[in-house]
Amino acid sequence: MKDQQVKLEMASRRRFLKGISAALGGLVVGAWLPPMAPKSAAAEAVAQGKASLGDSLADGFGAFVRVGHDGRVALISPKAEMGQGIQTGIAMMVAEELEVGLDQIDIQEAPPNAELYTDALLQFQATGGSTSTRYTWEPLRRAGATARMLLVRAAASVWETDSNLCHARDGKVFGPTGQKISYGELVDLAATYALPDDVILKRPEDFHLIGTPATRLDTPTKVNGQAKFTIDLDMPGMLITSARACPVYGGKVRQVDDKAARRVPGVRDIVILEDVVAVTATNTWACFQGLKALNIEWDYGANSKIDSAVVDQKLQDAIQRDGVIATEKGAIDASLQAASSKFEAVYEQPFLSRSPLEPMSCVVHVRDDGCDLWVGTQVPGFAQQTAAAVTGLKPEQVKVHNQWIGGAFGRRLDFDFITQAVRIASKVSYPVKLTWSREEDMTHDLYRPQYADRMTAAVNGEGFPVGWQHRIAGGSIFARYVGSLPASGVDPDAVEVAVDPIYKLDSLKVHFIREEPEVVPVSWWRGVGVLRSTFAIECFVDELAHNAGKDPLSYRKTLLAHKPRVLTALDLLASKVAWDSPVPRGRGRGLAVGEVFGSIVVTMVELSAIGEKGVRIERLVTVVDCGLVTNPTSVKAQMEGGTLFGLSAALFNEIDIKGGQVQQENFHAYRQLRISEAPPVEVHIVPSAEAPGGVGEAGTALIGPALLNAVNATFGDRVRRLPLVRSGYFIA
Amino acid sequence: MRKIIFGLLAYLLVCVDVMAVSSDKALVAEGEYLATAADCVACHTAPGEKPFAGGLAFELPFGTLYTPNITPDAETGIGDWTDDEFVRALQEGISREGEHYYPAFPYTSYTKMPREDILAIKAYLFSLEPVHQPARENDIGFPFNQRWGMYLWNFVFLDDKRFQPDLDQSEAWNRGAYLVNGPGHCGECHTPRNIFQATQSSELFAGADIGGWRAYNITSSDSHGIGQWSEDQLVSYFREGYAEGHGVAGGPMAEVVEYSLRHLSESDLRAIATYLKATDPKAVGVPRPAVKPKLAGAPLNEDLGSKIFADACVSCHQWDGRGNQSPTATLSGLKTVSDPRASNLLGILLEGNPASSLPVNHRMPDFGAIYNDQELAALATFVLSHFGRLDTAIEPEQVGERRSLSLH
Amino acid sequence: MLTLNVNGTTHQVDVPGDMPLLWVIRDILKLTGTKFGCGIAQCGACTVHMDGKPVRSCVLPVQSVAGQEITTIEGISEKPLARKVQRAWLDHEVAQCGYCQSGQIMSALALLNDQTSINDHAIDLAMAGNLCRCATYTRIREAIKDVSESVGVWQP
Ligand code: FES
Ligand code: FES
Repeated sequence: MKDQQVKLEMASRRRFLKGISAALGGLVVGAWLPPMAPKSAAAEAVAQGKASLGDSLADGFGAFVRVGHDGRVALISPKAEMGQGIQTGIAMMVAEELEVGLDQIDIQEAPPNAELYTDALLQFQATGGSTSTRYTWEPLRRAGATARMLLVRAAASVWETDSNLCHARDGKVFGPTGQKISYGELVDLAATYALPDDVILKRPEDFHLIGTPATRLDTPTKVNGQAKFTIDLDMPGMLITSARACPVYGGKVRQVDDKAARRVPGVRDIVILEDVVAVTATNTWACFQGLKALNIEWDYGANSKIDSAVVDQKLQDAIQRDGVIATEKGAIDASLQAASSKFEAVYEQPFLSRSPLEPMSCVVHVRDDGCDLWVGTQVPGFAQQTAAAVTGLKPEQVKVHNQWIGGAFGRRLDFDFITQAVRIASKVSYPVKLTWSREEDMTHDLYRPQYADRMTAAVNGEGFPVGWQHRIAGGSIFARYVGSLPASGVDPDAVEVAVDPIYKLDSLKVHFIREEPEVVPVSWWRGVGVLRSTFAIECFVDELAHNAGKDPLSYRKTLLAHKPRVLTALDLLASKVAWDSPVPRGRGRGLAVGEVFGSIVVTMVELSAIGEKGVRIERLVTVVDCGLVTNPTSVKAQMEGGTLFGLSAALFNEIDIKGGQVQQENFHAYRQLRISEAPPVEVHIVPSAEAPGGVGEAGTALIGPALLNAVNATFGDRVRRLPLVRSGYFIA
Repeated sequence: MRKIIFGLLAYLLVCVDVMAVSSDKALVAEGEYLATAADCVACHTAPGEKPFAGGLAFELPFGTLYTPNITPDAETGIGDWTDDEFVRALQEGISREGEHYYPAFPYTSYTKMPREDILAIKAYLFSLEPVHQPARENDIGFPFNQRWGMYLWNFVFLDDKRFQPDLDQSEAWNRGAYLVNGPGHCGECHTPRNIFQATQSSELFAGADIGGWRAYNITSSDSHGIGQWSEDQLVSYFREGYAEGHGVAGGPMAEVVEYSLRHLSESDLRAIATYLKATDPKAVGVPRPAVKPKLAGAPLNEDLGSKIFADACVSCHQWDGRGNQSPTATLSGLKTVSDPRASNLLGILLEGNPASSLPVNHRMPDFGAIYNDQELAALATFVLSHFGRLDTAIEPEQVGERRSLSLH
Repeated sequence: MLTLNVNGTTHQVDVPGDMPLLWVIRDILKLTGTKFGCGIAQCGACTVHMDGKPVRSCVLPVQSVAGQEITTIEGISEKPLARKVQRAWLDHEVAQCGYCQSGQIMSALALLNDQTSINDHAIDLAMAGNLCRCATYTRIREAIKDVSESVGVWQP
């Protein structure tokens, strides 16, 4: 039955493709991308959120490969480029199978032909959860291989020979007697064939592109100022707008005195919404000045009494309770009873802001008959839905033109700023470009929740855990994003990794204790649930090793005997850093390991102590096994950037609330790692032919625990709360 | 006939009314100007609250005071105060209930103002929208909460006299003297106080500490005061909060510029300058540093202070201390970088210069949140040695102490 | 009307004198390669050159730049050293999201223009004002080192 359905769908897809081929010319092959890959709760939530927004469109194609008459290959990518080199990776996969050079591929992100592409592309488009490579990798290769087979078949029929005797290379088909013919000359014929059912992919040993370092396709315009991000766009008749939302989440505008604002040269209109006041003007500075000149009286509402101390206390109370059981394996209560000793510790992580360097920005033109959005987003489908909801237009009347993204880290999985832009644009007749000030961006982010993890282990006579109880207290991103928790009552993101730790345990019990901060909305932050649980587990295991008087690396190896790939990665790290050699006086090394986003990562930090609390990072080494590597340069760049991104937060970052308001307004109060404090990140890749894993967030997830474990090794001080500076340490 | 008389009467009444209104308007405007010169709003407004509704905390050595609501709200403000009560408050420091004010309220200066000026201020305050905002209780420990003590204090320290012009001096000098010593109450910050918290008239304008900030010597001393400032430089400082070669107003002085001085007329600002330049020179306090010959560029040593300077400061200030974007960021030659106690240096590092009505190149972010005491001590030490050529090490404890000091 | 000299072209602009140069460049002259990141001179995204030295255009009132030569990222490609820097940026795969990179390149170029001897410490001092949220610092360092070596000013 199911098969039958799939066949029918395939048939209709083929017809659809024919239509596209006819419309565009050349040979067009669609890559039918499956829904989001599993193994990332974040990705699943995004998919579910789509459903909750009333998305009822049928599944469609995710990517298209088109070979033109000039032999150039256009790849219409389903993935937004956020800086991870995703599109280059995708292009490499297609080029590999299609047997063309990377320089023959043009990537198009925005659909060139809205009628044909928009719906099919938008509906399940989302970039996030480190899924891009993992979930596109096979279908894209398949699309490339399909096109190659059709082209070879066309050549064979021109030469009246068997296609098995022909082969493709460098954008040409070669025949048995040395004849050759370029793809461009074959596309019309190839486009008349039905799609083959049995597509054969190349074997890894035959790859000549995948696995080689390739230069990114999107970077040349990023070094000469030509790359246009959303904030850079200009449309005819467009004005700039900037907004101030109530400083307390949930508050409302009571009244506005705009006399002074209207006198600011360049200011056009003042738009007053329920919880937001916006100014439109001919330039951004006039907007900012206009906003400053507004005299707004707010009704702060219920949250205005809440300080960080209140949130802290509520979490401390929550962590003492039992929660909804996310998983239970073995008899933990008995284990704890019978254990020769027990160990318990509480780990805390603060609210965090994403703060990408490009402040939130969105260009909108709302008309009676439609709406256009130009925006860098990880979720163009939601952008379309929210614009439709605000304007009352039909989703198909809303066109989303996706743009380069000036950093996201989860920020652009949320579309609050898009909704706001559309609300403002609905009140005026002209297109507007919403640009938030940094202050607005930082105080109206959605924040990675503050969490407390209480871990209780039953320890055997040799000092190893036989099992542990892991209580996780904090807000639910999943519920905020999707609208409610799943029926289980457990936020799958919050307990990710915790319910399936890499260590061998006889018993395990994980509680999810939902304690909503209410005072701020919560959301994904680079590393998502994987990062939050890994932090607690890797600090805890390190403490257990320390308590047992054992070396933290060999201690972990004992608990990881069932994970050969992880052992290999640990051994590689040990050899790269000469783990067994003594550490110089005044120094210490910390370690963390995880199986995250389908990759295995081991991170080691070596610190030296400068005085009582001065920290110097001497060395930062990370080993990654992310399966088959498409582009080693990108993998390295992602591991470096991701690790330092995580380091920045682990050292410095925390969002404080006072009177319901976020206290950090700009980078002078929300410190970021600078080049002067960024150690070189040594990345070592484990050669592997396994299915590719994600790397965009893998480094981020491991650095926090590695850092705190290194602090303990260096200073003999077990810090259990991030960020490190909170405990008086500083970068010396 | 009666009708005509009535009509005439009505007409006359209307005329009188119109005249009353217009003279009221003038009085209110004059009051507004004087209230601005007296900077009432700075103290009688709590952050984020309505102007003049009070509630701003003053951390004084003997406890915390909260300023009262001076809007015309009858219940919580001064709405049903009589003229005499208001005048008595400003001239004698006595409240409506007969209690003595603490001299954080600068009635010791306001007492110089004549009754007409004080009533103009009252007229202005009464023209404002009444705000219902009850006063916060002061938090003052014994014996300072014994307000009768203030009776004695006033007896000794309050010079309950109106300003008397000196006919030997120019009109400008006299106007300046009135503004500085009366409504402007400059001496309240710039004159040292004795152990009874009274300003020392012998040290008039010689500089003092206030809430951790150092209010510099503003006598006409060439070496320590404003003797070498030109009149134009002084006026520019009052109007823009910046004078070339002398830096940007920071801390409480930035607020004085923002709320008070920059709104005064050119002639009044010149009058203030004239008067200050004619004060008795007193060579005490932080001396004016010589402008350094061109400083070398980036330092070669890798100390923490210069690292932080590179991270957070150099974008605006430059290694040679000459300011990068514009001369407002010049550090070389400023008292701030040559005061071995680093009072104002630490003040500006911790609190920044947030005055948002000022041009962008006058503002400075506060760095108290992201850098701890060790880091700021290292930074301050670097700045003093690099720009002030002082080999004074600032200790983390000093930063900690400076953090705990705050006026509000 | 203010007269501005940007990338060798003279422009007349009718803007308030206290408008930061950044917004004049971006919104009036439509040169959007120079980015906005913080507005308080803490991120370096808005770095341009004023008479060859790097300045943060977000805190620079436009009236104070009259008569000075302003160079933005769009105006550097003619210069051989700048092309070397851009090449090194590509060779070392520096950019991730790319948003900070105009500012990074302007700061790096100023360093290379200015210094006859560059080492790691000099890179730290010159580049510490430029934030990169994608944390591409490792590669920025390598790229600058590479150019320094090729023009013979690398002195570790
Ligand atoms: S925007 Fe100018 S330094 Fe950040
Ligand atoms: S490359 Fe993204 S901020 Fe630097």
